[in-house]
Amino acid sequence: MKQFWKSMLKSPSGVIGLVILLVAVSVAAFGPMLFPNSPWRMVQRPFLPPFTLSTVPLGTDALGRDIFAGMIFGARVSLLVGLVSTLVALIVGVPIGAMAGYFGGKVDDALMRFTEFFQTIPSFALAIVLVAILQPSIYSIVASIAVVSWPPVARLVRGEVLSLRTREYVQAAVVTGQSNSWIILREILPNALSPVIVLASLMVATAILLESSLSFLGLGDPNLISWGYMVGAGRTVIRQAWWITVFPGIAILISVLGLNLIGEGLNDALNPRLSREGR
Amino acid sequence: MIAPPAVSIRNLRIALPKGAERPFAVDGVSLDLEPGKIVCVVGESGSGKSMCAHALMGLLPGTVSVASGEIQFEGRDLLKLDDDGWRDLRGRRLAMIFQEPMTALNPLMRIGDQMAEMFEAHGLLTPRERRDKALALAREVGLPDPERIVRAYPHQLSGGQRQRAMIAMALALEPAVLVADEPTTALDVTTQAQILKLIRNLQRDRNMAVMFITHDFGVVADIADQVVVLRHGKVVEEGPATAVFNEPQHDYTKALLAAVPSMDPPPRKPLDDQPKAVEVIGLDKTYVTSGGWFREDRRVDAARAVNFNILKGETLGLVGESGSGKSSVARLVMRLIEADRGTVRIGETDLTSLSGKALRAERHRIQMIFQDPFASLNPRRKIGHIIADGPIAVGTDPKVAFDRARDLLKMVGLDAGALERYPHEFSGGQRQRIGIARALALEPEIIVADEAVSALDVSVQAQVLKLLEDLKARLGLSMLFITHDLRVAAQICDRIAVMQRGAIVELKPTTQLFAAPEHAYTRELLAAVPGRKEHAPAA
Repeated sequence: MKQFWKSMLKSPSGVIGLVILLVAVSVAAFGPMLFPNSPWRMVQRPFLPPFTLSTVPLGTDALGRDIFAGMIFGARVSLLVGLVSTLVALIVGVPIGAMAGYFGGKVDDALMRFTEFFQTIPSFALAIVLVAILQPSIYSIVASIAVVSWPPVARLVRGEVLSLRTREYVQAAVVTGQSNSWIILREILPNALSPVIVLASLMVATAILLESSLSFLGLGDPNLISWGYMVGAGRTVIRQAWWITVFPGIAILISVLGLNLIGEGLNDALNPRLSREGR
Repeated sequence: MIAPPAVSIRNLRIALPKGAERPFAVDGVSLDLEPGKIVCVVGESGSGKSMCAHALMGLLPGTVSVASGEIQFEGRDLLKLDDDGWRDLRGRRLAMIFQEPMTALNPLMRIGDQMAEMFEAHGLLTPRERRDKALALAREVGLPDPERIVRAYPHQLSGGQRQRAMIAMALALEPAVLVADEPTTALDVTTQAQILKLIRNLQRDRNMAVMFITHDFGVVADIADQVVVLRHGKVVEEGPATAVFNEPQHDYTKALLAAVPSMDPPPRKPLDDQPKAVEVIGLDKTYVTSGGWFREDRRVDAARAVNFNILKGETLGLVGESGSGKSSVARLVMRLIEADRGTVRIGETDLTSLSGKALRAERHRIQMIFQDPFASLNPRRKIGHIIADGPIAVGTDPKVAFDRARDLLKMVGLDAGALERYPHEFSGGQRQRIGIARALALEPEIIVADEAVSALDVSVQAQVLKLLEDLKARLGLSMLFITHDLRVAAQICDRIAVMQRGAIVELKPTTQLFAAPEHAYTRELLAAVPGRKEHAPAA
């Protein structure tokens, strides 16, 4: 573990990513306490440009709502959706992939055909349909993002398990009479985890983008403000009031970039043989 | 008149990165390669022998650096060469053969094209002449049906043929110096014998200087003119092969030579009155690889009507070349893979008829020691768990299991502190001891050892063999010992079964098998064991 942090902190991209994520998480956690203004309340005249009034530093939108407050409250929704939907996708994908890889044969065929069923449908279209059917709410958004993002997890875990299951230490566990579930949980999965962690960090980024896209199309939770919703709401007036779309857009860009950098840092730390150093 | 050396390495020191186990991988090595002579650089793993070879070819990895010394070749110091200088020399004046011919050849290029590439790289000849030359080379290194084989891809060749192709490439431009880094380690004994002979003949014909890196004293005895023994990066002994073998000066050389198992099996007392511990009847297993729609399925017989039994307290050896099915038989007996037909009986229990829980409950009676000490221990579990997991799975109280793990570690010669450590903190030999402790933790009646000492250095190998022998005698175990190394088999087995293409061709008490082999294949195997002739170590 110590070794892991050491190599993680050695890669510059990992450090930058961690700093960005830390800032984003603390904004999401503590921001609303420091700026208790509701992002839905009209505080000033509409279309107030940024940097003119210190009470509304980033200006106001078409209805005179504070953009700065919107970004702080939006961070909550974006990060929450990103993390929770990734978690759900892992909970679905890891066991399916592990079982398919470990048992092979018919189990593998059945599970992989099921996975491919989801993979053949364009993921964004499926997410839109699911949210539309289930009525837009934070739960239906998390669920639909999870539904479209678990197949790659299952595929990855299956591949890892396939190669690990022929290792001698797994065979050693078989001959000592361990049960299948014990072997999967104790011998195989811990050794298959590093690529999954890397993938998960990138999935959080993708989930944030998906949530933003859904909100942009007006399929966000109507009671919660999110970055994507703000971009979508400001899109019609982008030529008169650029700041309404640009600031939330930058927030999305930076947090997704941060998560991607973390993914890269994790990759270097967890798979040292694949990293470019030492070549 | 003595010819001047082709290459002279003087006081070479190669520094390892900080934090490595020692500061220098190679520490003050000096040696000369003379035209027409083979210099064998011998040492155990980590002795720096491969580093020497790579330094000579300018192929040192980026993490190490040359601290001092020089390598003189044709009036130049190779260590001061720039990239262009190296490109000019490599292949043309200095050539190398690698250990694993499958990974050293480009899998997507035809063999002939890869040979022709040697000329192309140095801008020699026309494409047509290159093709003719490749064909001539294929003929010279004894590849069968050269016209066809130059059009083949590496995966269509056997291991020995690939290594011949590698040698042909290395010889294409008639280099003055050939560096061979364990060129026969990945090959079967019979193939190894052929390749050694080939290298010997070509080297004599062309008056090449050869640097031959190996860990195998048998190979050294067969091929070396000069021997250099390396230990921890330092030369401990060097001299003509006969002198080193017959009158080794340094204690380390003596210990290494003594650790090479002898081909004379020690006398063993017969065990005829003992009951059968394992009975294997008519075991069949065929692997079928689907060929797709337009090709026939590929079938490989891993076991064909394999019959044998092991008496209580007996060690049965299973020997054969790679692909002979010996490992498959081990896994069939362990029920790691399912047989197509046949029965495996342990005592009175028919193992092949059990499944699920009932099978798991019987598994503790037969345990396995694996080949690769680096792959057989879960890198993320502590040694204590690795050993105690098995007993805990069958219902032993964890506290009792850990106490027993501590005793077992002592039994295999490790201290109890190992319980709390992870596998990567141990050397290959220590890991293999842990593997043995794990197998013994369930108090089995039978141990199946699949190439259990093949990945170990010869001195460590001797210790582990002795440990196995002791434990077997003390605990009254029976053992199925699978190996490709007849020397090892001679020392540890009561009876030996020789396998070829999935079938047992000969099964006899060890002394009889070595004294009077009946089957032609057995004779071939025995004759191919390196180091039997000339200055073989006195047993």
